[in-house]
Amino acid sequence: MKYVDEFRDPALAQTLVREINELVEVIEFSKQRPIQLMEFCGGHTHTIFRYGIEQLLPKCIELVHGPGCPVCVLPMGRVDDCVSLAQRPEVILTTFGDAMRVPGSKMSLLQAKADGADVRMVYSPLDALRLAHENKNREVIFFALGFETTMPSTALTVLQAEADGLDNFSLFCNHITTVPIIESILNTSDMQLDGFVAPGHVSMVVGEKPFNFVAEKYRKPIVITGFEPLDILQSIWLLIKQIAEQRAEVENQYARVVASRGNRQALVAMERVFELREFFEWRGLGSIDNSGIKIKDEYARFDAERKFAVPNVKITDPKSCQCGDVLRGAIKPWQCKVFAGACTPETPMGALMVSSEGACAAYYNFGSLPELLALKLAREKQEALP
Amino acid sequence: MSSSNPKATRRRSGILTSETINMSHGGGGKAMRDLIEDVILKSFDNQELLMMEDQARVDLSALTKLGDRLAITTDSYVVDPIFFAGGDIGKLAVCGTVNDLAVGGAIALYLTCSFIIEEGLPVADLRRITASMKLAADAAGVKIITGDTKVVDRGAADKIFINTTGIGIIPKHINVGAQLAAPGDLVLINGYIGDHGAAIVGARGDLAIENDIESDCQPLNGIVESLLAACPQVHCMRDATRGGIATVLNEFAISSGCCIKIDEAAIPIRTEVRGMCEILGLDALYLANEGKVVIILPRDQASAALAAMRNHPAGLHSTIIGEVFSTPAETVILKTVFGGERIVDMLVGDQLPRIC
Repeated sequence: MKYVDEFRDPALAQTLVREINELVEVIEFSKQRPIQLMEFCGGHTHTIFRYGIEQLLPKCIELVHGPGCPVCVLPMGRVDDCVSLAQRPEVILTTFGDAMRVPGSKMSLLQAKADGADVRMVYSPLDALRLAHENKNREVIFFALGFETTMPSTALTVLQAEADGLDNFSLFCNHITTVPIIESILNTSDMQLDGFVAPGHVSMVVGEKPFNFVAEKYRKPIVITGFEPLDILQSIWLLIKQIAEQRAEVENQYARVVASRGNRQALVAMERVFELREFFEWRGLGSIDNSGIKIKDEYARFDAERKFAVPNVKITDPKSCQCGDVLRGAIKPWQCKVFAGACTPETPMGALMVSSEGACAAYYNFGSLPELLALKLAREKQEALP
Repeated sequence: MSSSNPKATRRRSGILTSETINMSHGGGGKAMRDLIEDVILKSFDNQELLMMEDQARVDLSALTKLGDRLAITTDSYVVDPIFFAGGDIGKLAVCGTVNDLAVGGAIALYLTCSFIIEEGLPVADLRRITASMKLAADAAGVKIITGDTKVVDRGAADKIFINTTGIGIIPKHINVGAQLAAPGDLVLINGYIGDHGAAIVGARGDLAIENDIESDCQPLNGIVESLLAACPQVHCMRDATRGGIATVLNEFAISSGCCIKIDEAAIPIRTEVRGMCEILGLDALYLANEGKVVIILPRDQASAALAAMRNHPAGLHSTIIGEVFSTPAETVILKTVFGGERIVDMLVGDQLPRIC
């Protein structure tokens, strides 16, 4: 298939793998400890597992799967708030499909729907707007989620709602922003990451500049990356080359989509509608300053949190979950105490098991074989003990 | 289609005059008789049905000549929308149940058919569905010999739901089972995967994706008969409906305690289906099919099997997609086009609801 197969060419992959193997030879520290590269975005995690990219790489390169799955990092309290909105009889709650299964402390939206709440899956916030037009006697709320990738479309939807003079449409805004979370990971004491595969679609909106601090302040190489397997392999090659040459720069592998200045119009729309929240809670990572996004006062009438009495529930993560350690790269998903035991995609406890883009769910579903088998054997041994 | 007075039936033929189905058509009175006679009996048209008894009566001695085991299967069809490219809920209700018989190695003979209709369904739609069922039944060589019709209030069902039960006979020498896959066996499929799922997505239109993909909805008993004639030693055989080929392969791997390795590059997928999956983030391995059978058989029979399958209209694109190994047990592994390997697990939820 045109424009797809070119980016999945196994022969090109072999060439890249060969060059990566040659490059790691000159990286001295890789003989003592693995080179850790973090892909931030859940979309990258998904591609890495789907195509088995890790198995193509030399053993001394470890991929750490970052927190860039917005569904996963949503705290349970926010899901509870969303469920309570959905349970109001006048409300039609609209959401992207993968948010339906995210467990709150009592139930998911899927369960709320089964119990009678009017929850509908949409593919675009504009679908929610259409529902608001069609159901003037109901309140349509869009469960807005995601990083800068989805923010522009939500912002434009609010602007459209204003232009249409709609008074029965609002957002439950849970947008989050990329830079503060990368910075908070870089600031953790046991951080060992050597480079970053930067999110392609976030960069398409914000451009290259917001990532400069990674190279300048923290001296880590970072490469903006597309979502096809060859994109990721090429970015790993670029990162390893920077490490081998002891450079730390922002490079743009995804130039076919990402303009260095980002998308002006998208940024303008976001600027008009949104502003930073002082604090926002992340599942598995705790509260991170200036990482959440809220609706500006001028658009308060489109803010479900202000329009309805949202309980604003706070629920702490289960103690046994080690999502934070996995997210920082301190442990691998399968080294978590509850992985594949108490925590599975059917009954996720931790954030990373929730969506197919979460690191743990990806391991569980597509897992790399030797590790999964080792885990299985270890578990069986444990069970056999008296 | 339970009883009324047979003499009256012969004297006058009921004519359905209303344009939509209403509650009286399920009330057991004259309106219901008109519906049954004018739409259902006329469409299905066979001797067993025309008897208008409360039950169909089947001669046992004729059955025992065909084999030594009775195969019975039942399935309910709730697909939304009820009409889609390449089929409709009626064709699906016949093919789906016939296929569940066929993949057990059974000769499909009879179907029952039960309608649950939401009031307000256009009679024209019902006629279109029953005509389509008759066509599909004729194509599969089965008869619809008894049934039932219920009408429910608006909102209590969605347009029409159909249950069919199938009865078939398994010939003496045939022994197919999900637990029979053995290391060294090969995995075959009779053509492109995911067409039905993709066609339903297209027909729903709510994803604003237009496509020309037709459902692969078709009876499989013909191709299975040809296959079994050529290779009676087939180990496993299952039609890959909801959950796609990934689910069937996992069922085989678990029941047989083996590992099944499939080669992504060898799996036939139409470009249109791949394109749709790329856009929507679906995995064709999990997309529903309604005319695809996954087969596991001894390696030395593969070429004879392929020849027989490709010789049948339902199997023109039949091909080998994988191989059975002993370890790691109960696991399905995909060799990706990129050269890596990954586990193909069972799906947790639904990729798409109400697909059949």
